[in-house]
Amino acid sequence: MDNRKTALYDFHVAAGARMVPFAGWDMPVQYPAGIKAEHIATRTTCGLFDVSHMAQISLDSVGDDKAADAMLAQLTPTDLGLINEGRVRYSMFLDDNGGVLDDLMIARLDGRLQLVANAGRADHDIAHLKAHLGEHVRMTVHDDLSLIALQGPKAATVLEDLGIKLDVDMANFAFMDIRHATLMGTKVTLTRSGYTGEDGFEISIPNTAVVEITTALAAHNDVHLVGLGARDTLRMEAGLPLWGHELSETINPVEAGLGFALSKRRRDAGDFPGANPILADLNNGPARKLVGLLPEGGRPVRDGTILKHGDEGDETEIGFVSSGGFAPSLDAPAAIGFVSAEYAQSGTHLIADTRGKPTPIIVADLPLVPHQFYRG
Amino acid sequence: MIKYSEDHEWIDLNDDTGTVGISPHAIEQLGDIVFVELPDVGINVDKGDAVAVFESVKAASDIYSPASGEIIEVNTALLDDLTAITPEAAMDCWLFKVKVSDASDLDDMMDDAAYKAMIA
Repeated sequence: MDNRKTALYDFHVAAGARMVPFAGWDMPVQYPAGIKAEHIATRTTCGLFDVSHMAQISLDSVGDDKAADAMLAQLTPTDLGLINEGRVRYSMFLDDNGGVLDDLMIARLDGRLQLVANAGRADHDIAHLKAHLGEHVRMTVHDDLSLIALQGPKAATVLEDLGIKLDVDMANFAFMDIRHATLMGTKVTLTRSGYTGEDGFEISIPNTAVVEITTALAAHNDVHLVGLGARDTLRMEAGLPLWGHELSETINPVEAGLGFALSKRRRDAGDFPGANPILADLNNGPARKLVGLLPEGGRPVRDGTILKHGDEGDETEIGFVSSGGFAPSLDAPAAIGFVSAEYAQSGTHLIADTRGKPTPIIVADLPLVPHQFYRG
Repeated sequence: MIKYSEDHEWIDLNDDTGTVGISPHAIEQLGDIVFVELPDVGINVDKGDAVAVFESVKAASDIYSPASGEIIEVNTALLDDLTAITPEAAMDCWLFKVKVSDASDLDDMMDDAAYKAMIA
């Protein structure tokens, strides 16, 4: 079966992108500038990403205006009542063992709930939602919409330079807000969020207008096209989880450092899937923790690598690397991974069991690069 | 004459000294190179042994010796500036020299035209 193509496929090819298969889509992994340059451009000016492979889903309540909230409350640890009109929250689908089926964003706009889910889990998530819809919730999967991300310190001024019309001042439009906007004559939906650790926006645009808008954005002096390669290095430095690496059915949110996503009211009620094991970890501390890892000697340490502690010949296996590679902002190799709680202290010296010779590796606090979210 | 392997190594054999590197195509496919490990001088290698490592931002790639013999020199100057390893400079960025024990090791390798046809 052929991979799916986003509405920007021809745009990427014309821009010289190297296209690779990713989660059933043909996506740009990098442009001619290369991963390092694309990464640094995002941290210093502004990066433009096609993330249309992610699933955009709406849930409408029919005949019972709280039905969609009640349904999502069954599947997530989020207090839906906290998501006011115009706001977004990070959430996850949990299973009864406390494992994570996927992470997602939930927004409320015009009274309807809008979800963005991972491309690689879209089929799973849509089936999971469908199984719980009931008669009062209607689900729409928006294949007619593209999604682009504009990330970096110049993102807001770039949108203003393109004459974006918002019903709120940019200065009052903060991290995790969602608004309607008009950009180049097209009605778009704008979220101040992203997956890089920088200030920035995710912009939902009709497929019919996305090439024109993306072309205009890319023509701006401060904007650089960025592929999935740098998207991964950016999110790794920012300590942001990727399902299948830092989140999975066998990793619970507390271990992954995502306790903030467990709403207080839901914790107190203990009424979400997997509440027992998750709350036990929350109260007693998890057996393993997600940490930053800085390899010594210049050689990257990749995901799946076993982490050990102890003197040579007498080492104990104490964890594993969940994402690893190179951190362009640090100009050094970096990784993130899970270690037994007693070794999670920043500065702890560990050994990565790399092919050939072991690599000394030091535990570091996450994020490896400070977040720059705009809090207003 | 320079010959190429299916794994994108090139070898330039003069008398019994083979100078080995990787092709412009291979460097382009790797993307930004962030770490290179070269073999130790003096070791004996067999044709097909993984003797060096290139790490890009995304992945690690083994480099295989195209011929059996002794490693007699490595290009440590490469390690001073990895950003100089570009497709344009590929044929100057040799990695190691191997004292080839049997020149027939190169018989199954491709000439320039055959290699270009393979990657086309």
